[in-house]
Amino acid sequence: MRKLMMAAAFALPMFGAPAMAQETLKIGYIDPLSGGGASVGEVGLKTFQFLADELNAKGGIQGKKVEIVPLDNKTNPQESLIQAQKAIDAGVRYLTQGNGSSVAGALSDFVTKYNERNPGKEVIFLNYAAVDPDITNSKCTYWHFRLDANADMKMEALTTYLAKDPKIKSVYLLNQNYSFGQAVAKAAKEYLARKRPDIKIVGEDLHPLAQLKDFAPYVSKIKAAGADTVITGNWGNDMSLLVKAGRDAGLNVDWYTYYAGGLGTPTAMGEAAAGHVKIIAEYHSNVANNKAAKWDADYRKQAPKGNPDFYYLRGKVMWDMLAAAINKAKSAEPKAVAYALEGMKYDAELGEVEMRKTDHQLIQPLYVLTIVKSAAKGGPKEAKIDMEGSGLAPVTNARLEGYTSAQPTSCNMTRP
Amino acid sequence: MEFFLVQLLNGISYGLLLFMLSSGLTLVFSLMGVLNFAHASFYMLGAYFAFQLSTWIGFWPALALAPLGVGAIGMLVERFGLRKVHRYGHVAELLFTFGLAYLIDEAVHLVWGRSAVDYRVPPDLDGPLFSIFTSQYPTYRGFMMLVSVAMLVSIWLALTRTRIGLVIQAALSHPQTVEALGHNVPRVFMLVFGGGAALAGLAGVIGGNAFVTEPGMAASVGPIIFVIVVVGGMGSLAGAFIASLLIGCLQTFAVALDWPLFFGLKLSQVAPVLPYLLMVLLLIFRPKGLMGTREG
Repeated sequence: MRKLMMAAAFALPMFGAPAMAQETLKIGYIDPLSGGGASVGEVGLKTFQFLADELNAKGGIQGKKVEIVPLDNKTNPQESLIQAQKAIDAGVRYLTQGNGSSVAGALSDFVTKYNERNPGKEVIFLNYAAVDPDITNSKCTYWHFRLDANADMKMEALTTYLAKDPKIKSVYLLNQNYSFGQAVAKAAKEYLARKRPDIKIVGEDLHPLAQLKDFAPYVSKIKAAGADTVITGNWGNDMSLLVKAGRDAGLNVDWYTYYAGGLGTPTAMGEAAAGHVKIIAEYHSNVANNKAAKWDADYRKQAPKGNPDFYYLRGKVMWDMLAAAINKAKSAEPKAVAYALEGMKYDAELGEVEMRKTDHQLIQPLYVLTIVKSAAKGGPKEAKIDMEGSGLAPVTNARLEGYTSAQPTSCNMTRP
Repeated sequence: MEFFLVQLLNGISYGLLLFMLSSGLTLVFSLMGVLNFAHASFYMLGAYFAFQLSTWIGFWPALALAPLGVGAIGMLVERFGLRKVHRYGHVAELLFTFGLAYLIDEAVHLVWGRSAVDYRVPPDLDGPLFSIFTSQYPTYRGFMMLVSVAMLVSIWLALTRTRIGLVIQAALSHPQTVEALGHNVPRVFMLVFGGGAALAGLAGVIGGNAFVTEPGMAASVGPIIFVIVVVGGMGSLAGAFIASLLIGCLQTFAVALDWPLFFGLKLSQVAPVLPYLLMVLLLIFRPKGLMGTREG
């Protein structure tokens, strides 16, 4: 009896699957859902499920319902490829991933090879957050689309803003020791030398990724070097612990960051951050003329515990552009959709964006923002929406149009 | 000079936190012979309990109640889990505590979510304690050092100067005799295991707001506390104390010094590997550790 039941359990989904495939558009979401990166992966998943529900309520894309297939990769490139294969075997033709450039590089490579071997069954990879510039330069491929500004573009925008502040004289670079952190440090040195040759780089450190507890020794080093500004690509605990240690030691610097804006970091930094932490991002909740305000508010009602903020506007842009490309191609066949998607200009919530044809990198307006005390805690009145209930809120310092941060690309992709 | 003094203080305070973390582990090992893989999870539980209690009744009551809560869980684990597994030998015990660590991790995810929680240093302990030339030294770090030293002294006094301490020590080497004298040996072991868990819980209360309280915090300290216990000598409290200070200062000063090594690497970049290197070297040249009494 038990054997029979097990056989039935295996067989039933097999009968079910092909019938479903006709009516649904499956998107394989490959990101960490367990282990250290799980809190970040969970936010992406909730955001995409929310956007899918939204789309389905309006009748889906070309009459097809959208379904998110969550796949746990434990932030591991090897595991990601196993999950990708599993997804493809289950009829998924669209993959999306964002956490970790090492994973994105491996997936992009995998998808390209798979598509070469399986003509007619192509798969598209939509990258919503992995920002290593190489993926759209030397390692670019036709099947990969990046919806986030890459590390170089963000540094371009950040240094454009930083260069206007004459008070900044000496900068310290502190980054995580892996491809992304190294890319941030390299770009910072290059762009500062071009824009403000008088600024001195007084120190540079690469520390191990997500292993440190105590940043006090680094803070003492920054202080001893006499820096007035720190540029860092740190994310997660590496970001919050750094700012906290800085406050404890009375370190008086401004932090120019990529990822201090969400996913638990504002909560962990606490009031130490107010007025001193700047972020480069494509969106924040207090942005002026926010056409995404409704989604922002709706999303908050079903956000995961501890992560109430709407963080991934680019996730929404990704969905909308995918829907537009499918409508334009009048087909959900990835090959036709990729052709429709490249070069597409789209009127997004915060201005026009373009999926650049040469390297499949989205060109979009970026914002430099500062974390301040929220309006409820005595901050400026535009600091209306609080981050994670932390009493901190983002305000805009500058909006930088897409063309100002666009970088030349060395991409030379082969088109099918 | 300022730089050196500040880094020395940083190293000592980090070392003392490491001692708080590892003392319970080494104690349970020396008294019960159980290598508790879930020790770091008790540390995490301490931090989360303290967070929850401090939102209800404030930090100071939480400082006392959270370790007691973790200790109670530790005792329940010993009474209804470990005691049954004990008769199947050390491998079964190891696997049991290994599984327990996963269980606690998942429980924390379910109750408090996967993100960091807002557990902050209390206002009384916030701010600078004193200044060394131009650098501030945070009050909370001073508090951390105080608690850690108090912990060392009280464990040592409890084990060597009190009746219960003597019973515990005797129960380890001669359980039958102690039992024949009318002491409840299983209950002694339960108290010891609970005590070890409570010490980890106390470290969590202190470390949780000094750093970040999040579900990954157990995994991030797990390896380093084993290094300390091995370097100090399995089961030696004094050894764990010396090893903690040694490793705390070693890591801090390695970060501070930009000495060039090989392949363009700087000393500061290899700092996190140094404790593990120390452990490997020590296992080769002095397997019983700095102060250990038993071989292997």
